Amino acid sequence: MNYPESYRYTKEHEWVSLAGDTATVGITFHAQEELGDIVYVDLPKPGAQLAKGDSFGSVESVKAVSDIYAPVGGEVLEANELLTSSPEKLNEDPHEAAWLIKIRVSDPNEFNNLLSAADYQTYVGAES
Amino acid sequence: MIRKVRSHLSQNEGLIFEQSSPGKIGYQLPPLDVPAVDPAEALGAAQVRDGIEGFPEVSEVEVIRHFTRLSTWNYAIDLGMYPLGSCTMKYNPRINEAVARLEGLAWSHPYQPESLSQGAMEVVAHLEDALCEITGLDAITLQPAAGAHGELTGILLVRALLESQGNPRKRILVPDSAHGTNPATAGIAGYGVQNVRSNDQGMIDLEELSRLMDDDVAALMVTNPNTLGVFEENIIRATEIIHAKGGMVYMDGANLNALVGIARPGDFGIDVMHINLHKTFSTPHGGGGPGGGPVAVKKHLEPFLPVPRLKRLSDSLTWDYDVPQSIGKVRAFYGNFGVLVRALAYILAHGGPGLRNATVDAVLNANYIRHKLAPYFDLPYKRPNMHEVVFSDDRQAAKGVRTGDMAKRLIDYGFHPYTVSFPLIVHGALMIEPTETESKQELDLFIDAMISIAKEVEEETEKVTSAPHLTRTTRVDEVTAARKPIVRWKP
Repeated sequence: MNYPESYRYTKEHEWVSLAGDTATVGITFHAQEELGDIVYVDLPKPGAQLAKGDSFGSVESVKAVSDIYAPVGGEVLEANELLTSSPEKLNEDPHEAAWLIKIRVSDPNEFNNLLSAADYQTYVGAES
Repeated sequence: MIRKVRSHLSQNEGLIFEQSSPGKIGYQLPPLDVPAVDPAEALGAAQVRDGIEGFPEVSEVEVIRHFTRLSTWNYAIDLGMYPLGSCTMKYNPRINEAVARLEGLAWSHPYQPESLSQGAMEVVAHLEDALCEITGLDAITLQPAAGAHGELTGILLVRALLESQGNPRKRILVPDSAHGTNPATAGIAGYGVQNVRSNDQGMIDLEELSRLMDDDVAALMVTNPNTLGVFEENIIRATEIIHAKGGMVYMDGANLNALVGIARPGDFGIDVMHINLHKTFSTPHGGGGPGGGPVAVKKHLEPFLPVPRLKRLSDSLTWDYDVPQSIGKVRAFYGNFGVLVRALAYILAHGGPGLRNATVDAVLNANYIRHKLAPYFDLPYKRPNMHEVVFSDDRQAAKGVRTGDMAKRLIDYGFHPYTVSFPLIVHGALMIEPTETESKQELDLFIDAMISIAKEVEEETEKVTSAPHLTRTTRVDEVTAARKPIVRWKP
């Protein structure tokens, strides 16, 4: 699976991409594969304030409900409405169309301190 | 080979709505012998309901057959083993039912004056005493209606105590092997949740716990034995770490059935816990019905317990509402009284040695299954297990067969599935809890079924991945059902 080089990753299996001060956050291909068929996604409303590490929503699959954590802190600008009607997109295209939220980042250093694509893949390899 | 079941005719049955014919009724009233009254005139039109659209109109025999036919499609603890780990499905002894149906108990009313309720109140007092003795705690409320309700009550007690000391604190620590209700409870009680990773033995990592524990942590919520069926050997040290910084330790009592008569939470540092009466004390499993989730506490949390508190006067029992620091009521009246009666019946029917025997048998049964199945299924955590055992589907996954496939095949063998994919720290978990209910004969049938399925995975993979085959409905589309649920019948 292709893990984009420009993204950063967490050990909780979220990815982040950064454009200016706007971060886009999603869950990784590995995460959706572990969860199995995703049936419901619960996301915050725009305006919510998140600190790095806060649980900001959950992803429900036929197997389990998992919390998702903010890899970086800031204000929620947008939640992906596509996932309300089509949660299956999270299985089909986790790194692009099925992003979860966009955040106005308060501290860009939080982004830089996350895992690189290579480090994340090593981590996932070791975990499984 | 399938030994426990064979095929047998069962009746087709549609929805009761589809059997309706207009005007059909299941009763007949005598002719009116008083002047007719127009309800709209007597009560006001707003108080009178029109007919209900689509309400089924059927005769008595049709109703009886409808539900009886449906009941024959079901699986129940009265038909055989229910190996659902973590859910603890144990037999409900009939003595419980006989006692709960005694006229004076079954027909007592919560508005009866105390002078006429002394017997029922004595039942409550007896159960309070018994549960305090079993848990090693000092005081208890029987109000909460189920386990998760008990959890919330317990954490609200912790909050009330900390608030009375000036600071309710912010976070609750929850091990990653916890029941899903634990973080939900903490969230509803207004706390943030922080996960504590387990170590490679499946137990709380004390170093991690020390690192996470600070003055913002209100409590640790711990299940012991935990959801791997492993006793937290370092529980006393863990409670010391929490207490040293002013936190409380909450125990999820879901697995108390592995401790009764052997170890008491109050003795290993627990401040507050709930008890699931259906899991440990054989009351009917809730499933939406009335349940019982008593919460037992150490002395320092007693002032905050829900009102009313049962109080013994010199010659009678009374309900005491004058408890200024109480968190208030958590349930109407005094909890689900009928469930409390059943739990007390179970406790008294067994007595102390009998309760201890039930614990020992539950642990023995789980270990017998572990021993017999270990050659066929991967066992990720090797610590001695208590009342349940958790395998993973690692070996079968190599053939493309997952825990859910084998669970569905188990239905063909005449058993309810074990718990699949939980706890989450085990990849592809098969979680099995036999309870003390099962005889060696039933356990052997189950073990044979599991071994046979493991062989099918090797030799007839497709038979497992497409199971079940012998049920009325074959494999359903769980994904579509969850994504696009149709939750009610519409005309």
